Amino acid sequence: MSVPGLIRLGDNTLVLGQRLSEWCGHAPALEEDIALANMALDLIGQTQLWLGLAAEREGEGRSTDTLAYHRDAWDFRNLLLVEQPNRDFGVTMMRQFLFDSWHLAALTALCNHTDADISAIAQKSVKEVTYHRERSTDTVIALGDGTEHSHTRMQSALDRLWPYVGEMFTTDEDDLTDMAALRPAFDAHVTAALAEATLTRPGNDFAHQGGKTGARHSEHLGHMLATMQVLPRSYPDASW
Amino acid sequence: MVTTRPAIKEVWAWLADVPDPEIPVISLVDLGIIRDVQWQGDTLEITVTPTYSGCPATSIINFEIEAALHAKGIDNLSLKRQIAPPWTTDWLSDAGKAKLENYGIAPPQPAGGPQHCPHCKSHAVEKISQFGSTPCKAQWRCTDCLEPFDYFKCI
Repeated sequence: MSVPGLIRLGDNTLVLGQRLSEWCGHAPALEEDIALANMALDLIGQTQLWLGLAAEREGEGRSTDTLAYHRDAWDFRNLLLVEQPNRDFGVTMMRQFLFDSWHLAALTALCNHTDADISAIAQKSVKEVTYHRERSTDTVIALGDGTEHSHTRMQSALDRLWPYVGEMFTTDEDDLTDMAALRPAFDAHVTAALAEATLTRPGNDFAHQGGKTGARHSEHLGHMLATMQVLPRSYPDASW
Repeated sequence: MVTTRPAIKEVWAWLADVPDPEIPVISLVDLGIIRDVQWQGDTLEITVTPTYSGCPATSIINFEIEAALHAKGIDNLSLKRQIAPPWTTDWLSDAGKAKLENYGIAPPQPAGGPQHCPHCKSHAVEKISQFGSTPCKAQWRCTDCLEPFDYFKCI
């Protein structure tokens, strides 16, 4: 049964896409504003493919929109990392860098999935996410190896988010690929980039968990969903 | 009553007149997103591949294909979305690339950046941002004529 695994992938891209779109009109420079909104758009597009396939295979009459707008926080299966608040631009780009590094490894593996529909979505997404990882890596390096101030903020962003890295590599039978097997590719990319960024990888690998199983989301997800879902929940037949 | 089905070749010619909604200087055929045109009985089936998965132009494109073919008298039309193999800028036609350049958008290059400034042809160009005004473009600038320009990303 592929539905739970498809929902995990779609919830990751949905929640992070919504988080990134919160920057629209607020980013530190026009180019960054456009870049963040473009990445949000890619992720929401990927969500339509993942959750669309999940809804079709589930066969219970739910649509992509039903899954996105009419589930509560405890029904979401995204990683804790993606629901973390944007805070400042440094935290946002560090979160993006860590997620993109995992996401690209996961999609690369899913390109070879035996299920043709899953493989097709992965092949489409991998092109977009290659581009995302290139940009978030460049930004982390530029800010980490930038001024003393930008370096301090990027190190603090890394320290803040590192406890959310471990969950990406936990795996169970609902996952569409073995997530634990992706760790070496992730480590290779992240270690090289952090070295170039003159940032120190935190020594403690303690990992918060409970996002992808739905057991314990952070308080932030509910607040985010309240904003994201208010319109379709208040006006169920609204169309635009 | 005998119904005439327009030839496939003719349908392709009609589609070659449908402009891309964001970059109207090139057609949907130039863009390489029309993957197949065929008759299934009395229904004309058009297979379309999206450029970027979240591109907002996708729904407008479907609407414009329907409008253009309805205007030619095609009533039974079915649009099929195909995501694999994924769209690549290799499918942009040479004519399309030339039209982009004339319009001021540097066409995609395998090297990953524009060959030259589409305005003054100088090779002295630099990247402003990896993303631009639409998902398919990045922002560059010419350091000779100082004009900013769009570069069609190579994917």
